[in-house]
Amino acid sequence: MSKPKVAFFDFTSCEGCQLNKLNFENDLLDMLKLVDIVEFREAMDNRADEYDIAFIEGSISSPTCVERIHDIRRRTKILVALGQCAVSGGINAMKNDQPSEWVRETVYGEDKYLFPSLPAMPVSAVVKVDYEIRGCPMSPPEYLHVLKSLLLGRKPELKDYAVCVECKLKENECVLDKGMFCLGPVTRAGCEAICPSFGQYCTGCRGPVSDLNKDGAVNMLKAHGFSEAEAIKRMKMFNTNDLEKTISWGAK
Amino acid sequence: MSRDLSIDVHHITRVEGHGNIVVDMKNGELRKAQLDIVEPPRFFEAMMKGRSFHEAAIITSRICGICSLGHQMTSLKATEAALGLELSEQTIKLRKLLVHGSTFQSNVLHALFLATPDFLNVGSVFPLVETHKEVVLAALRLKRLANEMGEIISGRAVHPISCVPGGFTQIPTEDKLKYLKEQLETQGLKDVAFVAEVLKSLAGEIPVFKRETEYISVYSDEEYGLYDGQICSSDSGLYPVEDYLSVTNEFVVAHSSSKHARFNRSSYMVGALARFNNSHKLLKPEARDLAASLGLVAPNFNPYMITVAQVVEVLHCVLDSIDLLDDLLTTGLKQEKPNQQPTKYGRGIATTEVPRGILFHDYTYNRQGIIEAANCIIPTGQNLANIDDDMKKLVPEILDQGKDTITKKLEMLVRAYDPCISCSVHMLDVEFVE
Repeated sequence: MSKPKVAFFDFTSCEGCQLNKLNFENDLLDMLKLVDIVEFREAMDNRADEYDIAFIEGSISSPTCVERIHDIRRRTKILVALGQCAVSGGINAMKNDQPSEWVRETVYGEDKYLFPSLPAMPVSAVVKVDYEIRGCPMSPPEYLHVLKSLLLGRKPELKDYAVCVECKLKENECVLDKGMFCLGPVTRAGCEAICPSFGQYCTGCRGPVSDLNKDGAVNMLKAHGFSEAEAIKRMKMFNTNDLEKTISWGAK
Repeated sequence: MSRDLSIDVHHITRVEGHGNIVVDMKNGELRKAQLDIVEPPRFFEAMMKGRSFHEAAIITSRICGICSLGHQMTSLKATEAALGLELSEQTIKLRKLLVHGSTFQSNVLHALFLATPDFLNVGSVFPLVETHKEVVLAALRLKRLANEMGEIISGRAVHPISCVPGGFTQIPTEDKLKYLKEQLETQGLKDVAFVAEVLKSLAGEIPVFKRETEYISVYSDEEYGLYDGQICSSDSGLYPVEDYLSVTNEFVVAHSSSKHARFNRSSYMVGALARFNNSHKLLKPEARDLAASLGLVAPNFNPYMITVAQVVEVLHCVLDSIDLLDDLLTTGLKQEKPNQQPTKYGRGIATTEVPRGILFHDYTYNRQGIIEAANCIIPTGQNLANIDDDMKKLVPEILDQGKDTITKKLEMLVRAYDPCISCSVHMLDVEFVE
């Protein structure tokens, strides 16, 4: 049996998720025995016509992105959104909340119309996404789990409970109790609560749990001394598209 | 070869981000030789507005996965300058270790995985797993070690966690630092020596090309300029970091969603070769000797030698990391909390050398500690005009070598700069127009 053809593509992003994949120094060579990497522009020259699995990093944020993602979808059997930019728009979507005219002017001044730009959208806003690997950056063990499951022909199991659960299992002191801000109670697990384990708060980089109670989350943060405006602003850092229904296509 | 030449490399490979190389020559007249940057704009400067000082570094590290540590360092330093936050010696040493780790990780990745395949005439590092397994394994081990430095000190190599304004949320244990030191001293130094030998054997494959330009880097009297210092121009000397706008002079060009920069000439170079040219006397002696043995002597005007300078820096970073770890372990680690009590508000400007060159962050905070204005000037953006100028000199010089060779040499040229296009738009493809 020939090895499955795997390809990686990057859209609007920092390419940190792809880089994280090159950072599996210990597993990289084993992985190469199981799959044929047929396209991976950041690391190789080859290009291919068809893929069994295409991993997509980054948001859709320009007309060219829309065309490219359609082309890739047409040629791949399975499409996986890799990392939060691809899954939800991620941090790129922060600009969706601001008037697009102002955003362009702030960065490019009078040359604001030289580079066509759309609101930052998840891949799933444009084409069908089969599986998601969340996080900014994606968590390497979760990526390996999804890849292995797909190679075995199984459906990957992805968590849909809060980071708090993993944090408690790690026996970390509660971040909120320490007086810090934290989005652990409403953010999807799968990261092994890595930020609270290193003394930081959860920034919500994996997106909200699917049954998010937004008002409840805001009330909880208010009870810990954060204003409603601050709670919402900080929830939006990685999750503007999840929390905001109207996005800016021009002057607002 | 005819006097007409057209090259169009769409989405050049083995670089970070999207760019096209476009060359158009008609009747022997070079009408176009440039790198088009086609990465979609990211608009970070606009997104920063209204964010608090706790959040600035979390957001800006997402400008680039490869340089996330460098963006984070520069962001933190700009915030600390604006808010008057003093740092402990221990914080600075731990940060310098992080900068070393991220520099040598990135340099190994570029030199061995992205550039070396050209010297061996293959399209990626993957075929080398079969033909040059020992080299690939040595490079992987070095990368792992560098990433481990990031993971142990800051929680994660991509988008570090525990570095915050004023210090660290968590201090690594002495045992883990001892482990890092042992690894660097044994396997680390051995692997660098091996990688350097391999590069030496490939020296004949590095294209010969010379174009003197202006070299700009961070400079410090005390050490090889990486973590902090003044701005140094090889043409006109030292400038305080606050003068960065008069050095970078960014301007928009239609063929690039990343802005270009110029100072004393039509373009300038930043990155490993600029650092080497400006600060070579401050390298560890062993790294200076390695440079000489690899044929790298300052000042060097061949952009293809950037890759060699990167390997020299790997050795320097490994050696200096061992010294820093020694210092920290001798003094003993203190469990200190980050200093986050602002003593003032206003503007803060900072610079760090990230792997691809000098990086600037500039924030203005209001009295609530909220960002009112932000500006980031990225190394790759500063190199773009220089890459275009190199291409304009190189193409006529190699015109008789045939389109395939010309295309390959142009791709290698762009790749030598190790461009980081996501960063620069806060790109790469070759286009020959015939």
